[in-house]
Amino acid sequence: MSVMEKTAAARQAEWKPKIIAFCCNWCSYGGADLAGTNRLSYPANVKIIRVPCSCRVNPMFILRAFQKGADGVIVCGCHPGDCHYSTGNYHARRRMTMLFSMLSFLGVESARTRVEWVSAAEGARFKAVMDSFVEDITRLGPNERLEDLRCKEN
Amino acid sequence: MQKIGVFVCWCGTNIASTVDVKAVAEAAKSVPGVVFSTDYQYMCSEAGQNLIKDSVLTYGLTHVVVCSCSPRMHEATFRKAVASIGMNPYMLEVANIREQCSWVHKDKEVGTEKAIALMKAAVAKAMLNTPLTAGSTPVTKRALVIGGGIAGMQTALDIADAGFQVDIVETKPTIGGKMAQLDKTFPTLDCSSCIVTPKMVEVGQHPNITIYAYSEVTEVKGFVGQFTVTIKRKARYVDESKCTGCGACIEKCPMKKVPDEWNMNLNNRKAIYIPFAQAVPKIATIDPAYCLKLNTGKCGVCSKVCGTNAINYEAKDEYLEVGYGAIVAATGYEMIDVSKYDEYAYSNSPDVVTALEYERLMSAAGPTGGHLVRPSDGKEPKTIVFIQCVGSRETEDSCHGGKPYCSKVCCMYTAKHAILTKDHYPDTDIYVFYIDVRTPGKLFDEFYRRAVEQYNVHYIKGAVGKVTPNAETGKLDVQAADLLLMEQLQIEADMVVLAAALEPHRSARPLATMLTAPMDTNDFFTEAHAKLRPVESATAGIYLSGFCQGPKDIPETVSQAGAAAAKVIGLLSKNELVGNPCVAHSDEWMCNGCSQCENVCPYGAITYEEKEFRMPDRTTKIRRVASVNPAVCQGCGACTVTCPSGAMDLRGFTNQEIMAEVDALCL
Ligand code: FES
Repeated sequence: MSVMEKTAAARQAEWKPKIIAFCCNWCSYGGADLAGTNRLSYPANVKIIRVPCSCRVNPMFILRAFQKGADGVIVCGCHPGDCHYSTGNYHARRRMTMLFSMLSFLGVESARTRVEWVSAAEGARFKAVMDSFVEDITRLGPNERLEDLRCKEN
Repeated sequence: MQKIGVFVCWCGTNIASTVDVKAVAEAAKSVPGVVFSTDYQYMCSEAGQNLIKDSVLTYGLTHVVVCSCSPRMHEATFRKAVASIGMNPYMLEVANIREQCSWVHKDKEVGTEKAIALMKAAVAKAMLNTPLTAGSTPVTKRALVIGGGIAGMQTALDIADAGFQVDIVETKPTIGGKMAQLDKTFPTLDCSSCIVTPKMVEVGQHPNITIYAYSEVTEVKGFVGQFTVTIKRKARYVDESKCTGCGACIEKCPMKKVPDEWNMNLNNRKAIYIPFAQAVPKIATIDPAYCLKLNTGKCGVCSKVCGTNAINYEAKDEYLEVGYGAIVAATGYEMIDVSKYDEYAYSNSPDVVTALEYERLMSAAGPTGGHLVRPSDGKEPKTIVFIQCVGSRETEDSCHGGKPYCSKVCCMYTAKHAILTKDHYPDTDIYVFYIDVRTPGKLFDEFYRRAVEQYNVHYIKGAVGKVTPNAETGKLDVQAADLLLMEQLQIEADMVVLAAALEPHRSARPLATMLTAPMDTNDFFTEAHAKLRPVESATAGIYLSGFCQGPKDIPETVSQAGAAAAKVIGLLSKNELVGNPCVAHSDEWMCNGCSQCENVCPYGAITYEEKEFRMPDRTTKIRRVASVNPAVCQGCGACTVTCPSGAMDLRGFTNQEIMAEVDALCL
């Protein structure tokens, strides 16, 4: 086994997906807090970024995350009809549909991106969503398609 | 140059047991920009806050990052603390290392690693934070209450007593609501109109209350403290200022065949009418659907007999625009349409009635003067069957599409009906078919037991399968099952009373849309917090009173009405409201005037103006640019993403700040 191969295999073995979750302040961030209050554990590689509403998530943020080495990005907002700003999640849903189809055209597996609705009362749902998302990403392996290789030391 | 201080909280053992807080504080030291870091047992305590304040002063910190519980919990506390020593509160960031870290991860190593990542992201964001100041808007010191039932009246009275002006908008010609239609109230058997009509008079005479009866809200603009509401005053065809309510017109009106909705259509009224004797305001109204003069041009009797010349057939709907600081929804309930429950034969027999119709039949002011008779033949019923939960507590797969919730008051009013019936007509046989009897409440269970034990009402756990009108006997054949004895029952009943589900009034949904107030799938208004803010809507400045928020009986409605009033008084007693500084703003040089942001803004906060710009070559140019009204903007950020030129940004959550967080977390 060459040195290169060994390091690659070792890297693969200890690889843990990096996951960014954008959560709207009014529902999903509250749902994540509730999961905490109820001690419902989910994988630690999910890192949450708080945004006022799911419609604040600029497609640029998602591209940037993939570029910087994220393996999956999930956008969580209030259930349709429940957005604190009444229509924000509809905007988010449309934008993400566009973005995700473009990403899948570029070869980023569609399972790496997701939009989910989680209310502030759904701690258990937050956990379930994160568990399943992490499972999907783990199965897919590292994201190499969009990663900016210049920032990787080998 | 930024000088950032990082403060890591142990939260007793809540954080410290799964996160190595010392390691987090240590790691912070090597993050660029951080000049000071420390940990403490309870950062939110007085001593913890002082620690932050002292360090800011000693080390000349420009930004503060607190690693603690959720910002939804204590962000405000920490912001207040730093503000007290002159730091701009928006220079502070919170890293959520409790709810989103120590409480959800068991392994200390993993937890510490994540806490450090979250801390770094917060530092990265804090680096870019700029001081923000909130604008303030004046408060219009007038409240609007929508709905004039017991909920709306109580809210209005409480607000008015505190010295503020209140308007009530009621769709019916009179206030009073459903409570005025009830006969007696459980469990004390007080006469309902004896308690509600004096309240109506009090509302009518209160110097601070204006009643817009026979009116509707058609448009709501603005925001908390500054609502502008359009009220449609439907044409009554009677001049309110002239009508004395003498009733001469009603007596002479030849059109006698108008179903009387006040009596649940059990009898008829005239085309010009006053719903009932104690109506407030006591003003006649012409029903345009039935009036002969309005429909055929012939008649005009009422205008001839009116002594004050109040009749005006030419009247038109009028629209009024009024400013309010706060709005209370008190739209109440109605009974579901039971005609789709064919098995109970409601549409086939007049002797199958809803509970509200039964209420009118029992009432001394009702169509029969309080004499309980069968609507079909006017005879006294000897056997009455009550069916509970018609349309309530239905599962999703039920064919009727009824309500999943319990309407709450039906068990109690059925016990009341049974007791009152037995009181007046002791030899009546009464059967009540129930799923469960629910009597939580002061003196409720005692009341129900009285019905069973003293009055011998037959309570049967079970369901009625079918009610068939029997043409020969003129009775109703009731087929039912007793689930405890496991036997089939056949009852020959004279009357069947349906305890139909109560649902939010149909005007609630369109109103919620106008108010941009959230609702649940059953059309109940959603409260801002299920436990802690039960009388406020999530939309600022909108308050909830009575059944429109969830099923309630009268005392609960009155208490909630008072609570909503207290919240409104709190708001109206402020002269101005400090806004949220995290609002959108546009870079006028980058804006190309495309109007896309204006289209997505749910609040109409964005307008366009022609502005003069001085160009680099010293010429001036007029350009069309967006400008955001910070008092109206709620800070959702929809416009920031829509803007094709990147001119829109959201203060407090700027593109750069969020990107910095992304970068830090992906590292
Ligand atoms: S506030 Fe949650 S999606 Fe808009």
